[in-house]
Amino acid sequence: MAQIELRQVEKKFGEAYAVKPVDLTINDGEFVVLLGPSGCGKTTTLRMISGLEAVSGGQILINGRDVTWNHPSDRDIAFVFQFFALYPLMTVRQNIAFTLEAQKVARREVEQRVNDVAKLLQIEHLLQRRPKALSGGDKQRVALARALVRRPAAFLMDEPLGALDADFRAVMRAEIKRLHLAQHATTVYVTHDQIEAMAMSDRIVVMSAAAVQQVGAPMEVYYDPANLFVARFIGSPGMNLVAGRLVNGVVQLPGGNHYTPPESWHTRLVEQLSSDDVILGFRPEAARLKHDGPFKTQVYADDLYGAYSMLHLALEGEQAATMVHVRAERDNLHKIGETVAFDLDPTMVRFFDPKSELSVPVTDKNS
Amino acid sequence: MNMKKSVFIRDGYPLGAVYKWQQGKVIVANVELRKISKTFRGRTALQDVSFEIGDGEFFVLLGPTGAGKTTSLRIVAGLEKQDAGSILFDGEAADTHSPAERDIAFVFQQYSLYPTMSVYDNLAFPLRSPLRKTPETEVKRRVTEAAEKLRISHLLERKTARLSGGEMQRVSIGRAIVRDPRIFLMDEPLSNLDAKLREALRIELVHIQKTQGSTTLYVTHDQVEALTLADRIAVLRQGKIVQIGTPQDIYDRPANIFVAQLVGSPRINLLPASRTDGALHIDESSLQIPLSAAHQPLPAKFTLGIRPEDIQPATDGAFTGEVALIEPLGAETILYIKSGAQTFTSIVSSMLRWRIGDSLQFTIVQEHLHYFDQTGGRLMPKQA
Repeated sequence: MAQIELRQVEKKFGEAYAVKPVDLTINDGEFVVLLGPSGCGKTTTLRMISGLEAVSGGQILINGRDVTWNHPSDRDIAFVFQFFALYPLMTVRQNIAFTLEAQKVARREVEQRVNDVAKLLQIEHLLQRRPKALSGGDKQRVALARALVRRPAAFLMDEPLGALDADFRAVMRAEIKRLHLAQHATTVYVTHDQIEAMAMSDRIVVMSAAAVQQVGAPMEVYYDPANLFVARFIGSPGMNLVAGRLVNGVVQLPGGNHYTPPESWHTRLVEQLSSDDVILGFRPEAARLKHDGPFKTQVYADDLYGAYSMLHLALEGEQAATMVHVRAERDNLHKIGETVAFDLDPTMVRFFDPKSELSVPVTDKNS
Repeated sequence: MNMKKSVFIRDGYPLGAVYKWQQGKVIVANVELRKISKTFRGRTALQDVSFEIGDGEFFVLLGPTGAGKTTSLRIVAGLEKQDAGSILFDGEAADTHSPAERDIAFVFQQYSLYPTMSVYDNLAFPLRSPLRKTPETEVKRRVTEAAEKLRISHLLERKTARLSGGEMQRVSIGRAIVRDPRIFLMDEPLSNLDAKLREALRIELVHIQKTQGSTTLYVTHDQVEALTLADRIAVLRQGKIVQIGTPQDIYDRPANIFVAQLVGSPRINLLPASRTDGALHIDESSLQIPLSAAHQPLPAKFTLGIRPEDIQPATDGAFTGEVALIEPLGAETILYIKSGAQTFTSIVSSMLRWRIGDSLQFTIVQEHLHYFDQTGGRLMPKQA
């Protein structure tokens, strides 16, 4: 049971920020993912929570207790690394029991706890083996078991699935989440993989350039990105972003296209935009292919994904074309060069200011 | 014709392979492998591998690490000699031809560009070879054309050391297409790039391929690349070809369980099932599917394959289960549905909102079911 609170926590190396001041409360039992590209400060943030890295400023509280300057071992948290740091000469059972024995936990209790955790992770049949004889996935399960057996108040995980192949990652991802649902231990999880973050978390903390960009539930970050970075980073492909100009309530877009927002949005758009320039954003599934749709453009490339297909459309501008990705049925393949038309689901249309790069909300959030 | 016999090697491949000038001649490029076998120190790398790449076809070799993909590619290139079988270029045996004589162009995982040269000079390099002696006006025309295709026209004056990873990869693709070779060989060219770049370049490759139509042999372990790029895919496993077909064939009619699991994300559901009098039973669950006449050849025990998109929640669905886990991915959400002792993976639109523990009814698209025998082979052709 643990609530973790970061108050203006920051990290500087010389004058340069590795992490700009962060305020974040991770609730008891919550699964929070720190997501961002390499060098964004996510791992440094995790290491500051663990105590492996000293803060340059701010406070860290676990269950209201200030642990900012406590030793890592005095924070009641367990760390799971990307690397399977298992002792090669010990059996799986010994590997799992090691930390408990070091803490001089009674022998009978150690045995009980190891058995419980082995059952939970379905590795009972492996307890007598040595790590060398295990598959990558089983090694990772043992590493997890070793963290779990301590029954810590919180788990900190740094890209624990990074070394696994794509297929197996999906399996382990579901397994870690299932485990979390069974135990409800507070978890802070670092990854650069947005799919992992979406699939696993209660909330995502998106980081870039040493700063927190947005904190929100997966679908909130997906549909209502706070800025252009989040819009591009989340989703595969990212959000479609088309630069345009707001003239008399109509957004003029490349290739002679235009989008007319509902009248009720006008005031808010004009009030918030710093100029006539605006960026229209929408997810691929917000576009609907329709022969009489208002957007008309040429197919640049098409993709079949098995269950569905994706059309990549080029909106030809004065200098360069803007690529727009649109979802289509699996057998709805169009030829390259063919002109297609689509419209947009207005509930999924977003606006951004190109100067501030921030989202420009036009409706009140009601979800 | 003038050929350059010695090629310099990087990462095991000749750089800029051949310098043969084709003088506007239309070249039909068809490549055939006939019963190719290869062993390395007693270990079989390839066994009786046969396939034919048609003129202008984008042919993908898909398989896990160690399946023999790269070995096949190297044999086509002439960098490796097969133990048995033959290679035909345009119907003529090419076994005795050196890598240079085969007129191929490579695109690698690692971009091998000259860092101190401009993008223009990097692209022009293969054309300016003393053996080609391409007139500068022609060099300019081709470089400009290739740069336009790859959207790197604005980078032509820059030194390659100052490019991003994605731009460098575009330039290295550009250096291959500028030569107009007989065949392109690509060995996981996108695998060192981050997800967003890989996506962007894959789209460029689709566009170039479908508008230019050059014969290409492309090696990858990535099923998305294979499905989206290929005209046809050959699935390799442990040195043998398991299936050859269009992406739709491979996805809709996998020849066995291995192929069924290799393509599609999330993975296909594979469930032990049995046939009783009037129905199919999924073991350890209460799920029963009525048998139709088409099911009659099924054995008593078999494996049932169901793609996640073929399991859909429906208020009038014939099956019931409980939501065990939810993974929102964006446009879609993965639902893990528990029914009896079985858990089914289903992929649904994110517009539907579920909570863990919800009980739900679902349907299974019966005409999309896959059946596999005890050895994993496909049992009967799927009804279209």
